[in-house]
Amino acid sequence: MDLDSKIPPGPLEKKWAYAKAHYKLVNPANKRKYDVIVVGAGLAGASAAATMGELGYNVKCFVYHDSPRRAHSIAAQGGINAAKNYQNDGDSVYRLFYDTIKGGDYRSREGNVHRLAELSVDIIDQAVAQGVPFAREYGGLLENRSFGGVQVSRTFYARGQTGQQLLLGAFQALERQIALGTVRMFPRYEMLDVVIVDGQAKGIITRNLVTGAIEGHAGDAVVLATGGYVNVFYLSTNAKASNATAIWRAYKRGAYFANPCYTQIHPTCIPQSGDYQSKLTLMSESLRNDGRIWVPKQEGDKRNPKDIPEGERDYYLERKYPSFGNLAPRDIASRAAKEVCDEGKGIGPSGRGVYLDFADAINRLGRKTIEERYGNLFEMYHDITAEDPYEAPMRIYPAPHYAMGGLWVDYNLMSTVPGLYVAGEANFSDHGANRLGASALMQGLADGYFVVPVTIGDYLAGQLGKKVSADRPEFQQTKDEVAARVKRLLGANGTRSVDSFHKELGAIMWEYCGMARSAEGLQKAIGLIRDLRAQYWKNVRVLGNGDEPNQALEKAGRVADFFELAELMCVDALQRNESAGGHFRVEYQTPDGEAKRNDDEFLYVSAWEYRGDDAQPALHKEPLEYEEVKLATRSYK
Amino acid sequence: MDLTLHVWRQKSRDDAGAFATYKAAGISADASFLEMLDIVNEGLIENGQEAIHFEHDCREGICGSCGMMINGVAHGPIGGTATCQLHMRHFKDGDEIWIEPWRARAFPIIKDLIVDRSPLDKIIQAGGFISVNTGSAPEANSVPIAKMVVETSMDAAACIECGACVAQCPNGAAQLFTAAKVAHLGLLPQGQPERYDRVLNMVTVMEEYFGSCTMFRECEAVCPKDISTDFIARMNRDYIAARFKNRKAAGE
Repeated sequence: MDLDSKIPPGPLEKKWAYAKAHYKLVNPANKRKYDVIVVGAGLAGASAAATMGELGYNVKCFVYHDSPRRAHSIAAQGGINAAKNYQNDGDSVYRLFYDTIKGGDYRSREGNVHRLAELSVDIIDQAVAQGVPFAREYGGLLENRSFGGVQVSRTFYARGQTGQQLLLGAFQALERQIALGTVRMFPRYEMLDVVIVDGQAKGIITRNLVTGAIEGHAGDAVVLATGGYVNVFYLSTNAKASNATAIWRAYKRGAYFANPCYTQIHPTCIPQSGDYQSKLTLMSESLRNDGRIWVPKQEGDKRNPKDIPEGERDYYLERKYPSFGNLAPRDIASRAAKEVCDEGKGIGPSGRGVYLDFADAINRLGRKTIEERYGNLFEMYHDITAEDPYEAPMRIYPAPHYAMGGLWVDYNLMSTVPGLYVAGEANFSDHGANRLGASALMQGLADGYFVVPVTIGDYLAGQLGKKVSADRPEFQQTKDEVAARVKRLLGANGTRSVDSFHKELGAIMWEYCGMARSAEGLQKAIGLIRDLRAQYWKNVRVLGNGDEPNQALEKAGRVADFFELAELMCVDALQRNESAGGHFRVEYQTPDGEAKRNDDEFLYVSAWEYRGDDAQPALHKEPLEYEEVKLATRSYK
Repeated sequence: MDLTLHVWRQKSRDDAGAFATYKAAGISADASFLEMLDIVNEGLIENGQEAIHFEHDCREGICGSCGMMINGVAHGPIGGTATCQLHMRHFKDGDEIWIEPWRARAFPIIKDLIVDRSPLDKIIQAGGFISVNTGSAPEANSVPIAKMVVETSMDAAACIECGACVAQCPNGAAQLFTAAKVAHLGLLPQGQPERYDRVLNMVTVMEEYFGSCTMFRECEAVCPKDISTDFIARMNRDYIAARFKNRKAAGE
């Protein structure tokens, strides 16, 4: 199949207007005749479900949590970007567009990114009207701060809890629609498959996490807003339950998977403290507004940081990237941290850590200002490490954080399966090979509030009178396949826990498909993953039954899918013989260790087609065409 | 450190349930409370016993999934902390720890330490929102809001809906949770048009499910986000105003 990105014609800044003017519409009285299934209720899912409910569609929303407000969007800390130019510092829609294209190392679509930048301003209006308590100046107007990879202040924030407040805005809008009866909520339901009828997505199969019942739900269209997949690394900043199952099942039903190797390793996380560690905790990038990153100049210098004089410290980001300094983009800051630790200058008990130091900022601004800006983050750091960041510098190290890759979608956010839409982190669309800070919230909400509710009408208009029921044989067959898989996991009767396998898989991925990758390492990883996966199905131990709440069974299904996805990530990383953004192949670097792209051969989106469990997936290439931006070597020096 | 745990095990809502005693050996002081339970669970699985079920997700104290009574106190001995952010350095070698699910009539047990908190969402559905359809919002800076007002609103909006306030309350009341939402929205200019309907509707639904508040203030003591009972006083004031005011004549 040829990949048609469906980018509208015309000049860049008029494409979205053109598209909206040409989409087919569903008349208001007909909207309630359509059932739309939304899976997930994070920023993208909750905003899409609420908005489609407001429009009059009949929405069914499924989440595996007890409440839609638990989705992992809630943990986003630092902020959300918007091209409001309230600071009069030269910002504009064009500049946000340009920064995002450049930040993504020229591997995203111009049309999508420009639409995102245009919609950014509407998101802030919407959120403020919903009661999101963004930080304000004394005059009562909205305040901004800076984030990595840009030289303007365009980030809106609510203390260190911006994701929470934006999600509560969307959640409250969703609860309002639930009360009005336009949205029906299915909490504690996990989606385990997509049902395809005559080539179109017409429903999903779920497992009720309380009763264990496996059920089919029919709809005229399905929207997946199920988040990212970096829990494939086991240790990541994602929530424990975050998983790839929904998008992976869709991949196995015909949706192409795009750029799986583009994963983001976030530079500022609390380092691992022991092998019991269950997850890593992010310290918001916003801290780099005021914190300075350094290591001792001398290898193996174990002195108390306070005793190391200025002259013996290496503020390596300020040294290497003078114009962006500590606000260098995430991929670059992470690699730089790894580099100094590889040189033996890392700090902390493991030697895998660098300092993030607030002493200068506290001297300059006073402790009270720092408390106001980052109080809750400093507290969280203190709770976890028992160290006081007001007194001693924070210790930080990079950790897996976000997946730029995801299901392939066209400009309308429809996957290669007609009727199957993908929103938020679950799709691949806007961030190229590296996402800039404070852009995930922007994309999730743009997709959910403003894109999917409009574009889905274009598809649904052609579906009038084509409703299917969950009694069709396609539903029964998919249900049987899901039930058989659940039975197989419960029946493996092995000796090892799911977690022990997941940790081992994570270690392989971190070693060979993490911050630095090589052809040799990736080939080795593919072998290791296959062996471990074979052992998993023979030797995993899942206790309990299928007809009751069973957390081990839930995990077992997710980890089984991570094994398959892990292999595809390595396959994708292996074919991309260049370095771009978060994908760093050691064979392809400049003399000073920066990522070296190869635009002649790799200026494309890789979209993988599933062809069977034991067959190689097929690679399809969507060429990236740059009409507006000139391709250049990314420089933050 | 080595610990003895007494954990509430209950297979399903209708099962009677009982405490089971487990050893937690060689626990690092830097491990979190939930990581300590992970270690115990790995040991149970190895012995062919089903793992202790408990809810958890972000493990950063923000999603509100986790929560258990630890020695009779919701979220354990350290104030202003969710269970996932409680670390084992606050315990000592040889400690005995009693672990129970949230205790409240409105929260029936689903399994072990997992309870059904859905009545809290019902309160939000009754009015915990500002009615504004997507697309109809005015320019964000068209309404200035005093910094102090937005900060107080944010203090209330920090609630994570974990349910600790209900679990710790001798009456099983949900006043702190409800009041936090009433204040978050009612303090802001955008929340004014629905201010009095909101408080009436939310309080009505709250009283369908939960006990009554007699100001023990246990909720405030265990709230992981340090939400103040001042907000309850504020909610009561709004509620009384809503009941007695001739709002039609006052134009509200």
